[in-house]
Amino acid sequence: MSDKLQRILEGDVELLENVSDAAEVPDSPREELKQQRKEFVSRVYQRSEMERIARAEKKSFLLLYRMVAVVSCLLLIGVLLFTVANIPRYGEENPRTLEVVRRYVEQGLQETGALNIVSGMILDYRAFDTLGESHVLFTALLCVMTLLLLDKKTIRGGALDDYHRVRQDTYFDLSKDAVIRLLGTVLVPSILLFGVYVILNGQNGPGGGFSGGAIIGAGFILFATAFGFEQADRVLSRKVLSRIVFCSLAFYSFAKGYVFFTGANGLENHIPKGTPGAILSGGLILPLDIAVGLVVACTMYGFYSLFKRGNIGGDRTSSGQ
Amino acid sequence: MEFIRNIPLFAIIVSLFSGPLCFLLEGKAAKRYTFCLELFLIAGFTALFVYILKTGEAFTYVMGEFPAPWGNEIRAGILEGVMALLFLLVLFCSVYGGSSFVEQDIDESKVHLYYALIHLMTAALLSILFTNDLFTGYVFVEILTLTSCGILIVRELGRTTLAAVRYMILNLLGSGLFLLGVVLLYTMTGHLLMVPMQQVILELSADPAAMPTLTMAVGIITIGLSIKSGLFPFHFWMPDTYGYATPASASILSSLVSKAYIFLLFKIYCRVIGISVFERMPIRSILLVLGIGGIIAGSVSAIRSDHINRMTAFSSAAQIGYIYMGLGLGGMAGYSAALFHIMVHAVTKSQLFLTTPRLAEVSGGSLLFKELQGSGRRDRDAGVFFTIAALSMVGIPILAGFSSKLQFGLAAVNAGGKALIPVMLALAVSSMLNALYFIRTIIRIYTADERTEVRPHHGPDYLIPMLLLTACNLFLGLFSRGVTELIRTGIFLFG
Repeated sequence: MSDKLQRILEGDVELLENVSDAAEVPDSPREELKQQRKEFVSRVYQRSEMERIARAEKKSFLLLYRMVAVVSCLLLIGVLLFTVANIPRYGEENPRTLEVVRRYVEQGLQETGALNIVSGMILDYRAFDTLGESHVLFTALLCVMTLLLLDKKTIRGGALDDYHRVRQDTYFDLSKDAVIRLLGTVLVPSILLFGVYVILNGQNGPGGGFSGGAIIGAGFILFATAFGFEQADRVLSRKVLSRIVFCSLAFYSFAKGYVFFTGANGLENHIPKGTPGAILSGGLILPLDIAVGLVVACTMYGFYSLFKRGNIGGDRTSSGQ
Repeated sequence: MEFIRNIPLFAIIVSLFSGPLCFLLEGKAAKRYTFCLELFLIAGFTALFVYILKTGEAFTYVMGEFPAPWGNEIRAGILEGVMALLFLLVLFCSVYGGSSFVEQDIDESKVHLYYALIHLMTAALLSILFTNDLFTGYVFVEILTLTSCGILIVRELGRTTLAAVRYMILNLLGSGLFLLGVVLLYTMTGHLLMVPMQQVILELSADPAAMPTLTMAVGIITIGLSIKSGLFPFHFWMPDTYGYATPASASILSSLVSKAYIFLLFKIYCRVIGISVFERMPIRSILLVLGIGGIIAGSVSAIRSDHINRMTAFSSAAQIGYIYMGLGLGGMAGYSAALFHIMVHAVTKSQLFLTTPRLAEVSGGSLLFKELQGSGRRDRDAGVFFTIAALSMVGIPILAGFSSKLQFGLAAVNAGGKALIPVMLALAVSSMLNALYFIRTIIRIYTADERTEVRPHHGPDYLIPMLLLTACNLFLGLFSRGVTELIRTGIFLFG
């Protein structure tokens, strides 16, 4: 009989039925049954009591955890504020701190050929850092793809069914919405055009590859939202996207590799600087900005597409269904 | 300028280019391409290393047309050369030795992404080793962080995803602190290149009012990088991260990624702050205490775990503790012992992480100790290589682990003073604990079991990397004096 009780205790959803089952067993005397019920109730009670204590302990631990977190944050803030208050004033107490900045500002235009000093700095003086930085974005795209791209494993886990269920739900399908379609028709071309302007103007004014690429990427996301992924896939399939990314980054690496090589070996690099202010100026800055812009735009659209449907472009996993 | 000096630049550019290339290729082609490129890089860096040894001095290489304080720069000396060679060797062994598991663990459609991540990681590791510019260091630390999350998450088990999220949060915290420190140093000096930065810091440090701010900046950088490399008490992400990743990733993460952060930290101490200024800061004694804490905490947790990979991961926490203890002891002896241990641990831990899944393969795929009983008899190759690596970790003479422990002891005697007794005690206790859990494991895998079928010998994809790593292990153990001399010359050239 105690076996049965044990089982009742473990699956306490069917508790009442099981206990009434026990009552129908003819050879169990009434007293024994009463005793068992009593025992059972007290054990259930004990268990809920234990759970309550555990919850309370967890609560007090959480309280302690939060208090420690807040105190250590406050401590860190205090120490950092103290540090910042004690920093020597920039450039005033030690003139050597201005050595680098002065050259960037005073000779940047003639050395890099770019009116926009920031572009000259990141794409010419400190080009190696920016070479790494543009690969950071690509790395992020790779990581998101490893995580979110639907593959056999995740499809077996039911991810694709979820996706199709969401897609059939018109509430989420914004491409059926007249307002968004109309706005998309008006906005997408102008956003894309503005993005191109920002990229092409990077060496002469505020802008450049990173910001322009983000604008184009946003425009493309709006396009995919307003007209559906079927339309977007016709322009930017996975194959096209990965080729664009590959060509841009390969061009970037080799162009900069060439400049580093010639610079370090004291060779002439034969890249014309152009007239400052013209579109074709600043040496390699314009082509590099275009490359960076393409990578950023593709990365942004890739993120959106991966998060929305676990895929980039229409290919075997989704179109096969 | 000799042509051979271009090798670091070529290696970094080609590795960066190979990332997008593997993104285009199919899985199998990407794999073959990766092996070929790694071999080429090893050959190139061997040539560079021989060249550096012959000239006996370091050289800097301007990245572009603009020289030192204005443009980026990389530097190659003895330390960079020897570390790069070793890292590439271990990377090749990990990728080649773990390639069969990559096919099992990773979906076919994502294998090329894995190799793309490996190339980007190679570029990041090399740039971190060779950089002569603090901010370049930060940029490539970012790439290294992202790629390590990528190669961790690619296995797509619930547990690896969870581990990767935790790993990423802690790593981003570390990167943030590191960036904060770099910004503070930049605000104070106005430079980002290491050499001019060090000159300004030397001038600043003469003023006692500037010292607290300077100490704070270095402290933040130290905390950031030690979180990323897993120093006690920030080692709790290690068991999940190393324990459930695909073997190639576990081996790379434990033996290369965390070491690259430590090497960067050491480079900052020597070449940005300057050893003389650094030794005036209280940071060293904190590192010593945390290092000893890590040794004890890691070893105790390793004894308590029932999963062989988690045990090995906790043992990594202890080994990271040794390295920081060396940095904390200071002096030429302490620093060279720490750097020597970086090499020893890279060689040994990758061998362990590549061997444990083979033992599990013949034990029903389980990494739990009770299932592993007798696995060394069923898979003879894996048993032998596990035993060698484990004995090296314990510190048996002629293997590398012995030499590094000896050097830590000598460094403690050299440093003398208050550090001597705690360090000696930590060494003694941890050696005993190491012996306890590694010898116990060896006995367990050789205890007879009712499963008696013996697996045939492994193919070259396991034997070649293992023989290479064992050879490195024996080399470091037998020629430890020569290697240490080399490291000391390197440190001398450093600062």
